[in-house]
Amino acid sequence: MTPPLEYYLWFAALLFVIGVAGVLLRRNVIIVFMSIELMLNAVNVTFIAFSRQMNNIDGQIFVFFVMTLAAAEVAVGLAIIVAMFRNKESINIEDMNLLKW
Amino acid sequence: MTESLFFVFAAMAIVSALMVILNRNPIYSAVSLVITLFSLAGIFLLLEAYFLAVVQIIIYAGAIMVLFLFVIMLLNPGKEAKFLSPTNPRILIITLLSIAFIGMIFTLVSGTANYIGEAASSTGDLGTTRNIGLTLFTKYLLPFEIASLLLLVSLVGAVLMTKRNLR
Amino acid sequence: MLIDIAIIIIKIMIVIGGIITTVAYLILAERKVAGFIQERYGPNRVGLWGLLQPIADGVKTLLKEDITPARANRIIYHLAPAMVLAPALVTFAVVPFGSGIDAFGRHIAFQVADIGIGILFIFAITSIGVYGVVLGGWSSNNKYSLLGGLRSSAQMISYEIALGLSVIGILLLTGSLRLNDIVEAQIGMWNVFRQPVAFLIFLVAVFAETNRLPFDLAESEQELIAGYHIEYSGFKYSMFMLGEYSNIITASALIVTLFFGGWTVPFIDVTKFGYWGAFLSVVSFAVKTGFFLFLYLWVRWTLPRFRYDQLMHLGWKVLLPLALLNLLFTAAWITYA
Repeated sequence: MTPPLEYYLWFAALLFVIGVAGVLLRRNVIIVFMSIELMLNAVNVTFIAFSRQMNNIDGQIFVFFVMTLAAAEVAVGLAIIVAMFRNKESINIEDMNLLKW
Repeated sequence: MTESLFFVFAAMAIVSALMVILNRNPIYSAVSLVITLFSLAGIFLLLEAYFLAVVQIIIYAGAIMVLFLFVIMLLNPGKEAKFLSPTNPRILIITLLSIAFIGMIFTLVSGTANYIGEAASSTGDLGTTRNIGLTLFTKYLLPFEIASLLLLVSLVGAVLMTKRNLR
Repeated sequence: MLIDIAIIIIKIMIVIGGIITTVAYLILAERKVAGFIQERYGPNRVGLWGLLQPIADGVKTLLKEDITPARANRIIYHLAPAMVLAPALVTFAVVPFGSGIDAFGRHIAFQVADIGIGILFIFAITSIGVYGVVLGGWSSNNKYSLLGGLRSSAQMISYEIALGLSVIGILLLTGSLRLNDIVEAQIGMWNVFRQPVAFLIFLVAVFAETNRLPFDLAESEQELIAGYHIEYSGFKYSMFMLGEYSNIITASALIVTLFFGGWTVPFIDVTKFGYWGAFLSVVSFAVKTGFFLFLYLWVRWTLPRFRYDQLMHLGWKVLLPLALLNLLFTAAWITYA
């Protein structure tokens, strides 16, 4: 017995909202980053669920690209965090209020 | 069988995702996120996305999260000092908004079965490496090349960003 | 149905028991080889030629006091040794260690799980093996162990890329990710002759992945005292050791499977000889794996340790371009020849 499509979509929605709440709630840049990963993954679940539902591979290809994007984003993002920590000695997101220092 | 496995993985993913955003210690958050990613890999397996399930573990759990841990250990930020108290109005607003958003999606999703209809019958080889590779290198060749360019750009960007002296 | 489950459980028990026993005697062999290379005796007091030394060592570590540092992060500190040991044992599940026999009216393959994405599975599990080292180093609350964990995380990610790229050439030649297909494609011609460059890259990268000399930057005892497991004692310490040596066994088995024909025997088709053929295939696999285990020990007591910048230089500026070139040539050769 396979679960119906709605279960996957509900699950993905819950995961996505947890990610949004994390971005709004936390002030630590690294945790905010992780919450963004949660949101990306929630979207991946819906893509794959629909791909199975339609028996169509295109959704899975899209997930592949999302993963590529996530890897690129994390590499640049963490580099920015390290560079900012060098200058400000802080990873609080509220200290990131200048475009230049 | 599949349904009970789905509930196990989904519960694990949701609980550890909550741990990610509620823990004050960033290392605990990172470890919880690894557990979430593993549960998601399990769900991908249930949905016959075999290749993506393994790639999820190799890329997310094996590379991205190790990078997160590396940065957390390098900067060693410790526990977040000013964590918001439960009575803070911002927490209340975020919780209310989250519930409203979940309710909205639930009502939207509940009707989908009527539009989409029954799931297509399984051929059993939907997400195999062979199928993914064939589609990726024929139909999606141009996006694939652009994605590789994106990775190159981000590689250069990350190296440039961590240089102390640009001149 | 019941007999299938029984067979699987027996296979798992054989594999885990085999690995643990090999680890015990690998540690003894390491000390003996070290003694031989440094012109001294090595352990020879417990039992004949020191053959009971592993048991004495095991009892000793079990009876030692299990110390937890006062400021350590308790949960992760206790979990980390298991996080090293479990992936090391799990990886062996997809490695075929013999040709298989026909018994109870069915074919029994000498392999715990014959999955279609075997190679990817191995990469997935080895890529999470680093967590135990990194988290163990962090949770001990010691600056040396933290440095060891940091070094190990960067080292693992860097060498995984070269490791993965070097295998792709073989996958191109075989056209399958199943390890059994890769072994059977090597009957008559081992992959090491078809992909010599890939073999060298794989060998170097696998030494780095298992944290062994000349790449044991994570525990380099002269600079970091013992690196990531500096605070561990008693049974948790021996779990780290078990994990490290299980990783070595799995890595050697993987080298044999990918490049040296796995369980095949040169010039003999073992599948024709029934039970004796199956036995011969297991012996062939064990002998080849044993050679690479010896190579590990030999290299350890011969080569000095790399500096960290040399390690990164080798990984990113030598192995990675070399692996890409090898892949390009292999692809071109398959397309145009």
